[in-house]
Amino acid sequence: MSLIRPYGDTTGDGMVQLSFTLPIEHSKVAEGAAAQLANKMGMDPALVVHAKPMGEGFTFFVVYGRVNHLVDPSTVEVVERDYPLLTPKEANAAIKRSMRRRLVVVGGCIGTDAHTVGIDAILNIKGFAGEKGLEYYRELKVVNLGAQVSVPQLVEAAREEKADAVLVSQVVTQRDAHLLNTREMSAAFREAYPAAKRPLLVVGGPRFDETMAGELGVDRVFSRGTTPGEVASYIVHRITQPKEKAS
Amino acid sequence: MARPTSALGIDRGDVRRARTLARQVGKPIVDLAQRHTTVSVERATLRLAGLGGADPDGTPWVNRLADVVRADVGLEHGVSLPVWDALLRGEGDDLLTLAQKAAAGSVTFRVPEGKDAKRASAAARKAVGAGIKQVDRQRVARERMIAKVGDAPSKPWIYLIVATGDIHEDIPQAQAAAREGADVIAVIRSTGQSLLDFVPEGATREGFAGTYATQENFRLMRAALDETSRELGRYVRLTNYASGLCMPEIAALAGLERLDMMLNDSMYGILFRDINPIRTFVDQRFSRQVHARAGIIINTGEDNYLTTADAIEAAHTVTTSQLLNEYFAKEAGLEDWQLGLGHAFEIDPEVPDSFRLELAHAMLARELFPDAPLKWMPPTRHMTGDIFKGYLLDGFFNLVGAMTGQGILLVGMMTEAVVTPWISDRDLALQNVRYVMNAAGNLREDFHPSPDGFIASRAREVLGEAIGLLEDIKADRSVPGEPPLLSAIADGTFGLMKRPADKGRGLDGVAENAPDYYNPATEILDGDQR
Repeated sequence: MSLIRPYGDTTGDGMVQLSFTLPIEHSKVAEGAAAQLANKMGMDPALVVHAKPMGEGFTFFVVYGRVNHLVDPSTVEVVERDYPLLTPKEANAAIKRSMRRRLVVVGGCIGTDAHTVGIDAILNIKGFAGEKGLEYYRELKVVNLGAQVSVPQLVEAAREEKADAVLVSQVVTQRDAHLLNTREMSAAFREAYPAAKRPLLVVGGPRFDETMAGELGVDRVFSRGTTPGEVASYIVHRITQPKEKAS
Repeated sequence: MARPTSALGIDRGDVRRARTLARQVGKPIVDLAQRHTTVSVERATLRLAGLGGADPDGTPWVNRLADVVRADVGLEHGVSLPVWDALLRGEGDDLLTLAQKAAAGSVTFRVPEGKDAKRASAAARKAVGAGIKQVDRQRVARERMIAKVGDAPSKPWIYLIVATGDIHEDIPQAQAAAREGADVIAVIRSTGQSLLDFVPEGATREGFAGTYATQENFRLMRAALDETSRELGRYVRLTNYASGLCMPEIAALAGLERLDMMLNDSMYGILFRDINPIRTFVDQRFSRQVHARAGIIINTGEDNYLTTADAIEAAHTVTTSQLLNEYFAKEAGLEDWQLGLGHAFEIDPEVPDSFRLELAHAMLARELFPDAPLKWMPPTRHMTGDIFKGYLLDGFFNLVGAMTGQGILLVGMMTEAVVTPWISDRDLALQNVRYVMNAAGNLREDFHPSPDGFIASRAREVLGEAIGLLEDIKADRSVPGEPPLLSAIADGTFGLMKRPADKGRGLDGVAENAPDYYNPATEILDGDQR
């Protein structure tokens, strides 16, 4: 693939548009400052086409200009998601097709963490980031145990409900309690279930590192900003597809 | 036959029929609410009597006290008789001391009888009456301040949101938003507060995608906006959320701290937060009675139906919910000017004639509720990272708002679903509103849809479907002995969620009133309506 540069209306013109706010009263100096920022970002010439005072001590700018950078698509690295993103409709259809029953998800916050923000954002129909929670999926049976669930309670509920997947959230933690709790949880599930029957274990929370799944003994770790659709897609993918080797 | 008084050719008989059905469906729920109390209603009563603060672990004293009373004598008598009986018996000099002693286990409560009961109820009524007087004083203070500094200059009121999680960060943002043109500031609550069975205490600096609703945060923000109102020469209103498990307590705090509008929907908590239906209806009636007394405008949550279901297919569920919200609100003493009934611009912009459909739905709401302010909510579902398209969509949303005389307009941000609004996003959004209002604000005078045209027909169709749905609800007998609306909610009639009356969060905080149940707040507030 060849090197490319932005396209305005002529091949190779390198034109881009940019808007931003500077914390400065509107004046000629302010416009000059905006042009300077654009220059430093590699826009040359930079044309400040719009400057408007916004609130006290702020000015909003729109800048058009030419950048001289080239981009090389052949060197772009992307991390591919290892599961397809499904809409609720597609997720429901996949479950119906391969399971012929509803997929059971049991979730809760373990340990002393009373913050159900995370688990509720994923499970409640209200959802998060414009996506509906797992309760919204007709083919998912969601059992939300809420906060301060002990590990034995969680295992018990998973057995009782015949859970296909168990979701655990840890929001507020001290001294790596989220890691200790998660290891305790995964160990308890390994003890309680034969390997082939164990439900899918998913943990999430802002303090987790997504690469730690293996170390924590769970199938997947989700970090800050994860949406219900991603969690649902992952669960549906893992449960309705033949098991892949762990990477 | 179309009558000349309806721009949409709506038969007055149909409107009457819809209201009659809403009353028939709603009345058994009101009866149910009157037969029950909840922990939050009782705690709200204690708050009105002046009990605030929290123990060193952050558990509010109203929770500590109510829990002990409940453990000793149950909830079914209400907490007022046992609490004021204990005070009269000299168990504590005041409510706070009593709560502290109760928490330490050194007080035993009883349900007083005969003369003791009379004395306790009189003392309780006096204490709670003082809180309600404070609510009255705040209402007068609002009216005086509006008379002195001036009101929002025009309708719709421009409604902007702040949500930093830190009250001390929210305050300058709210003041800046007011200076930029906001008539109403809403402080979004921390995610998950609706599921807390207590109201956090004090000024809070950490929240999740929002700031905790606390009495101190209310007070700080109202004081800051009073300052800005005087500076700008127009009264800037403050909004928060009376929803979730602590709906009655938050309503009481809002009344005490002079909030001006509260989000308060009759079924939102049931459907979207899985809160027990009976808990919700009991809490809702109490909270609305407080709002009525406090002169607070409620905002209902019909926009939420459209974020889960298709905005065309579910249009009639919005109308149905508006009719029910109106019935419950008026029953609780709210007047038309206090009914910010919700609706939203959420039709997929790819659908042909989407704008005409939006206009039809908004005109229907306007015509059904001519004296209610109506709360018009911007697109969220079909906002993408394409901010340019989003800006245009928001312009069309504003245009519907201008053409249908909406009372409260929540300003849509082109960066919805991208970032929390930047200073520039807010300014651009306000420019969008101003341009549309300035260019087309009076278009309503000239715009008369043809009575047999697309818009009027669609409006009549939606009303017809709403009447049909109310009839179905009224006929629902799937759970024998239960009010039909509870059966309908259990069946999944609204939204997609099935919410049976014996399930959901907060059910353990509900009790059926004993014959000697006494609540001075309810007595005073009910008295307003009789």
